[in-house]
Amino acid sequence: MKAGWPLLGAALLLPPFLPISDYTLHIIILVLLWAFVYTSWTIMGRFGLVSLGHGAFLGLGTYVTALLWNHYGLTPWAGIPLGVVVAVAVALVIGYPCSRLKVVGHYFALVTLALTEVVRLSIVAWRDVTGGSLGMTPNAVPPESIVALQFTKFTWYWVALGVWALGLVVWHRVDRSMTRSAMDAIADDETAAAAVGINVTLQKLLVTTVSAALTAFGGALIGQYQMYINPDTMAGVGVSLQIVFAAISGGMYVILGPTVGAILTIVLQEFLRVLFGTRCIGAAATIYGIMLIVFIIFMPAGICGVIVARMRKRRAVAAAAPAAG
Amino acid sequence: MLEIAGLEAGYGGFRALHGVALTVRAGEAVAVVGPNGAGKTTLMRVISGLLAPVAGRLAFEGADLAAVPPHRIVERGIAHVPENRRLFPRLSVEENLRMGAFAPASRPHFTERLEWVYSLFPRMRERRAQLAGTMSGGEQQMCAIGRALMSKPKLLLMDEPSAGLAPVIVDQVFDLVRRIRQEGFTVLIVEQNVRQVLELVDRAYVLEVGTIRRSGSAAALQADPAIREAYLGI
Ligand SMILES: Nc1ncnc2c1ncn2[C@@H]1O[C@H](COP(=O)(O)OP(=O)(O)O)[C@@H](O)[C@H]1O
Ligand SMILES: [Mg+2]
Repeated sequence: MKAGWPLLGAALLLPPFLPISDYTLHIIILVLLWAFVYTSWTIMGRFGLVSLGHGAFLGLGTYVTALLWNHYGLTPWAGIPLGVVVAVAVALVIGYPCSRLKVVGHYFALVTLALTEVVRLSIVAWRDVTGGSLGMTPNAVPPESIVALQFTKFTWYWVALGVWALGLVVWHRVDRSMTRSAMDAIADDETAAAAVGINVTLQKLLVTTVSAALTAFGGALIGQYQMYINPDTMAGVGVSLQIVFAAISGGMYVILGPTVGAILTIVLQEFLRVLFGTRCIGAAATIYGIMLIVFIIFMPAGICGVIVARMRKRRAVAAAAPAAG
Repeated sequence: MLEIAGLEAGYGGFRALHGVALTVRAGEAVAVVGPNGAGKTTLMRVISGLLAPVAGRLAFEGADLAAVPPHRIVERGIAHVPENRRLFPRLSVEENLRMGAFAPASRPHFTERLEWVYSLFPRMRERRAQLAGTMSGGEQQMCAIGRALMSKPKLLLMDEPSAGLAPVIVDQVFDLVRRIRQEGFTVLIVEQNVRQVLELVDRAYVLEVGTIRRSGSAAALQADPAIREAYLGI
């Protein structure tokens, strides 16, 4: 297993050099970028902070960046940090009262759901600036522009790979941190956690901030890569559900879980697109919703969670066998 | 060390404590005894900042405790072993102990405190990797006390550490409390097991329906006929 990681790492350096179609490379880039977003969601989702508001953070990151570029010519290098700041500010405005008023579980999901729709509807309503429900396209420059953050697919692959790896590093660091134990303690018993000296609100806002910031960053990059953004695919309850579905189906307690979820959702999405054409944008949300329920009931640990549990079991059996024999 | 006067507290419109006054001096062990529903747990929750009082004065080492959030109260030196232990079941024993040293001031001392708690409770060292929820009641109580000690508190609050345990285990838990006293900790303990707790504290308060009915040295209360009849069954 340990030997598998360098191998996987080496394999990831190959795709741009392989004789694969542009379309395949496109799908791989999408998987990496979305996997980063899903990984970001699990940074809070794994602690029972089930947010349906990540569509809002994604939308804010992507629209702030694109709007500043189109209307003010501000480079995404400044636009993305601003988008991240806006998303974090919104996350804190929602997260702080939720934590103080002990809005948890279903209620937390509902509050964040409302947030995500507010952002989507605002984008739709502010038609003159955002292009409304028709979406918008960042002003294009000739590719391989660092200032405009517009590249060819070949370059985008490396950007996506780097960002994806960054997500895994953050996930791993959170997993090893005191904050993880503290958040698990809070999820177990919030009052007891406060009683032993954990600053519950601070810890919750910490993971919320990291999660929202990374999601906004991911959203901005997806917008830059696709060169087209739309309130239905980048904000609102549809994307939120897609994020939650991918993270849960892949497995939110395993580092590669959200990546597996990304492969699943992107492939599913492409499949639906080919099958029904663009009419399926609405259908996708329904399908995610149904599949999410199926996973929550039958496989709450997700695909990777089940695989890891199987491997542990097999190892335990293998370790016990010589002792028994 | 801890001074409480005119304390009123409750839940919504319901008043659970009426004008409670109580002091704990440094180095003392003090008990609050009383029947179920008297307000003992409420009192502990107010002291540790989990419940905001409606009125009254709470001071610890001369500083006001009103409106101080729970994690800051731990930082000031008051640790709480809550009723029913309330460990974190999905964390290991060692992680539970680590959470007791979560306050920034405690974190650098984590390893040395952990060693110290393990030397007090060798059983916890054996169980360090076990999930806390899977231990026996007595071991869980040990872990809960250890978790509170990890912040090296000046004052240790214990809410019915003997509740729900078999008689043999109850004796062990009281032995633990005695050892903690010998370590020099100031202790405020809530108990329904009046007979045993009066054996190990200096003074006690009798709390009934939210009001302090009696108080005095443990010896005086043990000799008080009313207490003997109501609580000691003699
Ligand atoms: N969370 C709560 N909400 C409303 N009433 C409560 C709550 N907790 C306790 N009470 C009430 O407050 C009173 C005192 O309870 P408590 O402090 O738990 O007593 P004790 O610990 O002495 O058994 C009881 O009448 C109880 O019913
Ligand atoms: Mg009680």
